[in-house]
Amino acid sequence: MQAMPEAAPAAAAPSRSPNMRLQKAGKKSADMLYVLFRYLLLAGISFIILYPLLMKVSIAFKDKADIYNPTIYMIPVHFTLDNIRMAARILDYAPLLGNTLLFAAATTALTAASCALAGYGFARFPFPGSSVLFGLVILTILVPTGTLMVPMYLNFRSFDPLGLVQLLTGKPGFNLLNTYWPSLIASATAIGLKAGLFIYIFRQFFKGMPKEIEEAALIDGAGGLRTFASIMMPNAVPPLITVVLFSFVWQYNDTFFTSLFMNELKLMPTKISTLAAQANMLIPGMLGTSAGGGAVKADPNHVAMIIDTGILLAILPLVLLYLAVQRYFVESVERSGIIG
Amino acid sequence: MRMAPLSLARKRSLLGLAFIAPWLLGFAFLFAAPLLQSIRFSLSKLTVEPGGYALQSVGLDNFRNALFVDASFNRILTQSVAEMALNVPMILFFSLFSATLLNQRFRGRALARAVFFLPVILASSAISAAEASGLINLVGDATAVNEMAGSSSSYNAMSMVMLLGDAGLPDAFADYIVSAILRIYDIITSSGVQILIFLAALQSVPSAMYEVAKMEGATAYESFWKITFPLVSPLILTNVIYTIIDSFSGSAVTDTIFKTAFTTQNFGLSAAMSWIYTVIVGIILAVIGWTLSRKVHYD
Repeated sequence: MQAMPEAAPAAAAPSRSPNMRLQKAGKKSADMLYVLFRYLLLAGISFIILYPLLMKVSIAFKDKADIYNPTIYMIPVHFTLDNIRMAARILDYAPLLGNTLLFAAATTALTAASCALAGYGFARFPFPGSSVLFGLVILTILVPTGTLMVPMYLNFRSFDPLGLVQLLTGKPGFNLLNTYWPSLIASATAIGLKAGLFIYIFRQFFKGMPKEIEEAALIDGAGGLRTFASIMMPNAVPPLITVVLFSFVWQYNDTFFTSLFMNELKLMPTKISTLAAQANMLIPGMLGTSAGGGAVKADPNHVAMIIDTGILLAILPLVLLYLAVQRYFVESVERSGIIG
Repeated sequence: MRMAPLSLARKRSLLGLAFIAPWLLGFAFLFAAPLLQSIRFSLSKLTVEPGGYALQSVGLDNFRNALFVDASFNRILTQSVAEMALNVPMILFFSLFSATLLNQRFRGRALARAVFFLPVILASSAISAAEASGLINLVGDATAVNEMAGSSSSYNAMSMVMLLGDAGLPDAFADYIVSAILRIYDIITSSGVQILIFLAALQSVPSAMYEVAKMEGATAYESFWKITFPLVSPLILTNVIYTIIDSFSGSAVTDTIFKTAFTTQNFGLSAAMSWIYTVIVGIILAVIGWTLSRKVHYD
């Protein structure tokens, strides 16, 4: 089970000295030192990763009165929930979160479904040109998204594939900007956020599954779709978990597509990136200091506090989700066939 | 007239096409068509009209403008490619190192793994944008923030350079190490997925190999280079490519392309810029893929 033997090279030299006990003691202390060093290293790296998060938690509960108290490190003297309340009000948190979660869940489900279908198609059916088409899947991973930005924007501004809309209604196509459709259409057709990667993952996994199961299903009279739905997918849980997790998280965090197509919609990424401006504008009013004409500016330190709290509120759902599923992370990646 | 019954092979390939049909549609309309359009845009001047757009051919003017007229594009492009070249080896080294560490058995390993993969979740450009604007808001303007970041993190960089220089390391190498240390946060937070991939690879290495190596008297160092490294080497290629692709999303070049298109409304120039970027990245990927795939050990 052990992958790396934890021996220290110096002590493991071939035994020339007859004094085995001394050597053993030396090896033991070298091992101890190594273990200590490893814990220090892990603790250090973990601290670097966790520090911003801890800082935000500390700031979220800190009262305004503590901002200018230089003796405070991490643990505030005056606890308060005001920051959270204020940030939640600026973000309009509950509907925003509901919206974003629903949006991310819908695109994730569509992405997983379309990518699984495509992955299965590429893995099992030797239709002519299948390897060329799979090469094109890889191409979609490799081309920077920036290249497609302008044409995609214009396409969704007057959405009209093959000119059908113009033909039927005489109008120049639908304007899908600032609706959820661009992302939904892209996910349903397996071309959304990093979809090429997901197709690749599914294909690798399905390729590794024994062919005999399908042949048996075929002989028993199951059609292609039936085989896929009731034989292949139930076995494809590991890649499914990987794809669902990554797709959800990336969708939730994505600013590229949301700022391009859905700038005016209430979604977490767009809201969070404009949080600073919003906070500056709204905080004086919330504190009741702008009664004299609105010329009062908010205390920048206080604004920074609210922004940090807002960021914490934005990532909180993801952190909770992560805590619930993190143990599947390694397992699923290991079994999903990325490494095959 | 009756159709001849389809042979099994024909049926299977039609079924296969049916399975990839959604992707094929998406690819044709949302990838291939925009890609071709983007080439056309890069050779034209694009004006947005209500309900559509008009193109006016200008030849290679956009490319000329991007490379020789635009004040900052050249600089941003070289900068971000250089940054990529600097970051990729560091991220790779760090993620392989962390994966080996996290693959060993010790108390609290589950916790350590949970913490190391946290950046996968938290890597969001929205959050970093909000953090940056919070800081700008606090200090007053953007240049002050950059200066502050520089001064607060480089206070001991000079002493470190001298220390490494005294130790006899070549200057370029010392600089590289110091820059790695200064960017440790960036490196750690962008290597989550890479650690995950390496870790999965490490776990699939049969443990019997290590036992044999140990019996034959190999040290941990030797068994790392003779067993672990060759067996995870195919994943090095995967990870290099992933790291490069991952660097697009937060890249300053993408920002510039975005701004050129949607702030200054110069769609043609933006398309030209994005093609220059795509071609450069493509060349880099091809070169790296070609060199690494010859060295990689496949079983």
